[in-house]
Amino acid sequence: MENEFPIRLLILFPLIGFLITIFYGRRLGPRIVSILSPSAVLLSFIFSCAGLFKLLHLPPEERVIIDNLYTWINVGMLNISVSFRFDQLSILMALVVTGVGFLIHVYSVGYMHGDKKYTRFFAYLNLFIFSMLILVLGNNLLLMFLGWEGVGLCSYLLIGFWFEKVENAIAAIKAFIVNRIGDMGFIMGIILLFWSLGSHGVWTLDFDIIKQNVHLLGRERITIICLLLFMGATGKSAQLPLYVWLPDAMAGPTPVSALIHAATMVTAGVYMVTRMSFLYSLSPFAMETVAVVGGLTAFFAATIALVQNDIKKVLAYSTISQLGYMFLGVGVGAYSAGMFHLITHAFFKALLFLGAGSVIHGLSGEQDLRKMGGLRKSMPITWITMLLATLAISGIPPFAGFFSKDEILWGTLKSGHYYLAVLGIFTAGLTAFYMFRMLLLAFWGRTGAHAPHAHESPPVMTIPLAVLAFFSVVGGLLALTMHHFIEPVASYKAVSAVSEHSEWIMVVVSIVAAATGISVAFFFYVARPGVSAGLANRTSGIYRVLLNKYYVDEIYNFLFVRMLLILNSILAKFDIKIIDGIVNASSALTVDVSYGSGKFDLSVVDGSVNGISDGVISAGSKARRLQTGNLQNYVTAVVVGIICLVLVIIFV
Amino acid sequence: MSPFEIFLLADALFVIGIFGVLTRKNAIAILISVELILNGVNLNLINFARNTALGAKGQVFVLFVILLAALEAALGIAIILGIYRSLKKIDVDEARVLRG
Repeated sequence: MENEFPIRLLILFPLIGFLITIFYGRRLGPRIVSILSPSAVLLSFIFSCAGLFKLLHLPPEERVIIDNLYTWINVGMLNISVSFRFDQLSILMALVVTGVGFLIHVYSVGYMHGDKKYTRFFAYLNLFIFSMLILVLGNNLLLMFLGWEGVGLCSYLLIGFWFEKVENAIAAIKAFIVNRIGDMGFIMGIILLFWSLGSHGVWTLDFDIIKQNVHLLGRERITIICLLLFMGATGKSAQLPLYVWLPDAMAGPTPVSALIHAATMVTAGVYMVTRMSFLYSLSPFAMETVAVVGGLTAFFAATIALVQNDIKKVLAYSTISQLGYMFLGVGVGAYSAGMFHLITHAFFKALLFLGAGSVIHGLSGEQDLRKMGGLRKSMPITWITMLLATLAISGIPPFAGFFSKDEILWGTLKSGHYYLAVLGIFTAGLTAFYMFRMLLLAFWGRTGAHAPHAHESPPVMTIPLAVLAFFSVVGGLLALTMHHFIEPVASYKAVSAVSEHSEWIMVVVSIVAAATGISVAFFFYVARPGVSAGLANRTSGIYRVLLNKYYVDEIYNFLFVRMLLILNSILAKFDIKIIDGIVNASSALTVDVSYGSGKFDLSVVDGSVNGISDGVISAGSKARRLQTGNLQNYVTAVVVGIICLVLVIIFV
Repeated sequence: MSPFEIFLLADALFVIGIFGVLTRKNAIAILISVELILNGVNLNLINFARNTALGAKGQVFVLFVILLAALEAALGIAIILGIYRSLKKIDVDEARVLRG
């Protein structure tokens, strides 16, 4: 009885919220929906907190609560039950999802105010929370995949929320397709894992059972499975080479960018790798791949973010970069550091997006940084909270981002990945620079074109900002307990390559890098506003490459889309000439055959059937003459019969 | 009368009854003929009861037949009245409404 907790309730609330808002939202009206929908998520959050306390009461090595609902699929060897799992990992994710999710629901009440599809927006948000909770709480890989696809669907629906504009619809489709490529790898990984274990007699997708039997698998097999699963993670978490959808996903409403494309859904990949850490830990090559992809993505996306002019695009590339950090962390075996950064990032990046949303809201839809400026006077709360978030992401102590980023870099260094550590520190400097560039362009300097009629957002939007700012500041305290808490679920015993003392050196170096980035940003955008334009002109080649995001979209467009279209036209010709020819010939043949068969049917088959029935009718009409209806005829027959019988009895 | 003469009388009654049933068109005449058949049989039963080892069984049987004859007459008259009401005559050849 001690290890029980109704986890199902946690998932039920957003589902009920979704069902009510999608079916009755229009009738209930926006006022009721804006209370109902956030409170569904709040209830889930309260239950997550209760679950956390329940877990903390258990001894550390027994901190697992499983809530079994029913058997979902039972075919042959495959037996999959719908069951949910609370452990150190999933409870943290559930808290982030419901906590940040609740704040963003509240914020959306203000941000989406007056939108035509207001109730539908909240229905989608609730559906998203529901799917995300299934993803993080599912106790087997298939349930996780279900949530994985569910959040993908919500992402698609919400990116294309204002589908009246064609670009938004295209962005939604792009996100969906790119995710599909990753998901293909993910499901292939799941199937391969299932079959590999199955060939050893263990048919399961349950995390615990996989973990117990993982020693049965060969090393190469594990590497392939890990790489396939990681392919899914690169799609969902926007890593190289599948990151291209995330910047375009900014077409959705800003709360969506904050919730789905910064705080929760895109971190699903990190969560998945951490969840499967027992598998990754057995494959150094897969770990290496994760770390390298993460580190490169962090650097690559940071360089693009340097020159972007759209406030949300800067944040989008920043998100990709930070996700890269997380993968770097889990890739070098610092799982707790990766998860820690995931949580602090959820706070400050959600805050940054919501702040950007507040700015966009205040400027009636303006997103271009060049047209902003001097907003700190008209939007003081947004300015202060965003400043705190920017300090956090830049890694300035004592804000949250400093602790988590440092743990990742320290883990990288400790495991002997020196070049990745250097790349990470350099990227930290870039991060500080582009974040302050964004902040200063928007809030500092001369008053922009829109600034005069800019206004601060209503309290329903600024209070979530303040709460998130609070966590961005104190979130670093989690560092004291985090490592110890995560340890039983995901740990990796790496040989320490460097002495513990060098941690201090590294900390100082990374703070210096961040401070340098910030100073450069101040120099460019406050002290000498003209210098940056001059620099851009002098290095116009690099500048243009960065501004156009390394032309990756164009390359993909050429390599995949164009090639696919050419292949399509070839296939279409093949289809028309040969396939259609075969089909038409066979159809002509069929027509002839059926004509003959029809004739046979009419003459022979129908003829014999009709003949039999005609015979029966004529026989019947003759036989009915016997029944005259005359009583005396019948009596005569009886008497004759009796006489015959008597004669037979007498003479025979 | 000797048993044989009674036997002849009874058979004569029986055959006359059969003839009447087969030839008469009037329903009441047919009914009367049926009575003749029954009473011919009754007479035979009494005859054999008295003169053979059949004993009282035959006489009991006769009582049954008399009872049934009464019932048959009552039912028969009722049917004939029904036919008369719908057809205004009691000719059995005309009563062929139920013929298919």
